Amino acid sequence: MARILSILAAGIGQTVAITAAAFVLGAVAGFPLALMRRSPYRVLRMPAAAVIEILRSIPPIVWLFIVYYGIGSDVVKLSTFQGAVIGLGLIAAAYLAEIYRAGIDAVARGQWEAAKALALPRRATYQRVILPQALTVVTPPAATYAIGLLKDSAIASVIGATDITFRAVQETQANLHGLSVFAVAGLLYIALSVPIAAVARYTDRILAQKVAK
Amino acid sequence: MDFLRQWQQFFPQFLPGLWVTLKLTVASLVLGFPLGAALAVAVSSTRRVIRWPSIVLVELGRGAPGLIVLYLVYYGLPQVGLTLPNFLAATVALAITTGAYSSEIFRAGLLAVPVGQREASRALGLKPFKEFRLVVLPQALKFVIPPLIGFAIILYQGTSLAFAISTPELLSRAYNAASITFQFTAALTLAGAMYAVISLLAIALVRTGSRRDERP
Repeated sequence: MARILSILAAGIGQTVAITAAAFVLGAVAGFPLALMRRSPYRVLRMPAAAVIEILRSIPPIVWLFIVYYGIGSDVVKLSTFQGAVIGLGLIAAAYLAEIYRAGIDAVARGQWEAAKALALPRRATYQRVILPQALTVVTPPAATYAIGLLKDSAIASVIGATDITFRAVQETQANLHGLSVFAVAGLLYIALSVPIAAVARYTDRILAQKVAK
Repeated sequence: MDFLRQWQQFFPQFLPGLWVTLKLTVASLVLGFPLGAALAVAVSSTRRVIRWPSIVLVELGRGAPGLIVLYLVYYGLPQVGLTLPNFLAATVALAITTGAYSSEIFRAGLLAVPVGQREASRALGLKPFKEFRLVVLPQALKFVIPPLIGFAIILYQGTSLAFAISTPELLSRAYNAASITFQFTAALTLAGAMYAVISLLAIALVRTGSRRDERP
């Protein structure tokens, strides 16, 4: 048990790095996507909606393959880490865009009207009025998504990223005790999701206090 | 349009893979949904011997990555002398995942039935089993059907994990075709499109279906 854990632990760094990088990529790319999706102009709204739908309706593993084997062999060579991060990050952008959109929509209309009445410029309206309030709505579902992403990151092992799952498969093929190895791997993923939930609860509390003031 | 010509060439080769994917989806759902319903009841059982193992199964099934569950069944069960062929292993693993996730949907459905309904059936002297079958279950089903369909669409996409244990489903077909012809982008995007078209069609169907229900 301890031996298995020490073997799998070697993959934690890669698992966490892939999850974190993909989440950051998704969090950044998802923002303009959400704004486009809410735009009053059709030329912006329709393509954003299409991109989001397409990203979400193709399985993550297929995206990873398209990025790593498709783009990776036809356009630019990518490392397994880059392939996994770009593939998972694209999907994360689509999901987080929808979460952002719901967050912005949840801000009461009176807040927009008040900002307008105060003649706040558009940028300030977003920065000082809308986004801080949207953030409190966004945190819980974004954290749930981050935990889902941690689990999805396991598929990076299929293109050869040396994460927890990859080490587990390797260990199983060397010694035939898959039941113990994958049980430990499963528990390890669950253990890794606990701090994400804790951080989310903490930021949620801080944000709620700030907005209440 | 070189790309379209390549798609045209690949398409007939991928159809048997799509068929395996669909079979895998249906088999996992047929096994997984009843498991989920049973787990939903077991998790709220008053008996510890029933409650605890089912809570563990649900939390592990939802907390661990689907791929780990798949490997656990495929590479793990041989350790206890049970070797499953890849299609069966994929079905069992996806059914466990389906059971774990859908149990929460079923549980929410059962909780959504107003308490007054149970009280009324008790007041009418219905026995617990009849109360469940005639009063609670029909009302709970109404709540659970839309999220279950949503889950089915996610599972359809999730069957692509079976690639990892070399089940000859859609993604495996695409990958094999790509590694023979070296046209990775064309083959994989076609597979992606085939997943997307069916998912989007299913979503559209559900939307029109639920809109029709809303009409008086």
